[in-house]
Amino acid sequence: MSDQQYRVILAKLGLDGHDRGIKVVARILRDAGMEVIYLGLRQTTGSIISAAEEEDADAIGLSMHNAGHLTLGPKMTAALNDARLDIPLIIGGIVPDEDVEELLESGVAAVLGPGASAEEVVSTVRDAISARDET
Amino acid sequence: MKSSKETIPQLFEAALSGERRSLGKLLTLVERGGETADAVAGLAHQKAGNTHVIGITGAPGSGKSTLTGRLLELLSQTGQNTAVLAVDPSSPLTGGAILGDRIRMDDLTDENSFIRSMATRGHSGGLALAVPAAIQLFDAVGYKPVIIETVGVGQVEVDVAGAADTTVVVVTPGMGDAVQANKAGLLEVADIFVVNKSDRPGANDARRDLDLMLDLGHISGLEEKTGYRPPIIMANSLEGTGSQEIIEAIENHANHLKNSGSIKVRQDQRTLMEVQNRVELLIGTTAEETLSTEFGQATISAVLDREISPAQAAKSIVNSLLND
Repeated sequence: MSDQQYRVILAKLGLDGHDRGIKVVARILRDAGMEVIYLGLRQTTGSIISAAEEEDADAIGLSMHNAGHLTLGPKMTAALNDARLDIPLIIGGIVPDEDVEELLESGVAAVLGPGASAEEVVSTVRDAISARDET
Repeated sequence: MKSSKETIPQLFEAALSGERRSLGKLLTLVERGGETADAVAGLAHQKAGNTHVIGITGAPGSGKSTLTGRLLELLSQTGQNTAVLAVDPSSPLTGGAILGDRIRMDDLTDENSFIRSMATRGHSGGLALAVPAAIQLFDAVGYKPVIIETVGVGQVEVDVAGAADTTVVVVTPGMGDAVQANKAGLLEVADIFVVNKSDRPGANDARRDLDLMLDLGHISGLEEKTGYRPPIIMANSLEGTGSQEIIEAIENHANHLKNSGSIKVRQDQRTLMEVQNRVELLIGTTAEETLSTEFGQATISAVLDREISPAQAAKSIVNSLLND
């Protein structure tokens, strides 16, 4: 499958209104040739799973700025596991360095911080998708 | 690999039994085009033919997605399995796209509805093939109605929406005067008009201009020919006003199609258009291949040297295809 056709879902999970960052990420991925399905604010694990199924998504990106990542990140990976959806989950936003390990252990594919460049964002998404495809 | 585990018939069987994820995967295959897509479309075609296709179209920002969300909500409440195909443009430069229609259809993750976003993906004729195939897929697995939402700019988009059983054209206040409304194009394919954002100034003017346009259709004899005058419905999709009226108007139109027998004409027309599009695409692809052969290159050189005209070159290339 060519890069051009990667379909990525972007969403904000739970109560978190900071959507400046995720809109920038949406644009970065679009300009890298990906199709971004933008769900916007106040999504639930259930609504994201439904969207991922209907849209046949290749990756899910969650933006978190409310310090809820250690609760919501593992909740999302658990929901994906329950639904038996093998789709890489990437978390972006404000995540302290010391929390990254715990998120990765819970099944999150990658974590992107505030300093990430456009190239980093794109390559992280691509790598996460190809890592899943190889398994 | 994510997509190669199940065969197409297996995925199709699963989708028929209501497995949403398989339907999602089949839609991806249909969208990707090529022989796999043709195989999926072939299976779907056998089982299709029962749904009612509603096209919703209008200028960017006119509120199509929000309106679609409202209709979906009402249809789901009455237990109708409704599918939505929301088409958004791909970037001609990078091929990327932001598919943002779902954001307007919040809180609609119930079991009765299925929303799929589709990018136009620039490749020639791609949308014209993928959309009918996706509609048939929804049709085959039992979604009724199927709503297709497209921006009403570009011939393909107008064609796609115009090929629906019922086409809803969404306009907003300030769209232009009565002369605009009488120009040929998008407004002509409407079976139902919705003046959305009806709380805005100028909403009644928009309604009047559309009404005047329809009056002229009455005078010119068009209305008599079709036996139908498109209703104009004032709506405010953010508030949800007008949605119920639109559903009723769609039902009325569906009844009109049934009683007048034009439903069959429309559906036949749609099938014809699909075959035509496929023929064009096949010929186009073969012709493009021919251009890179020795014969094709020689023909192009002859045009460049001004020995033959572009029209003669095109004819000789097409003739060579037919003689193959």
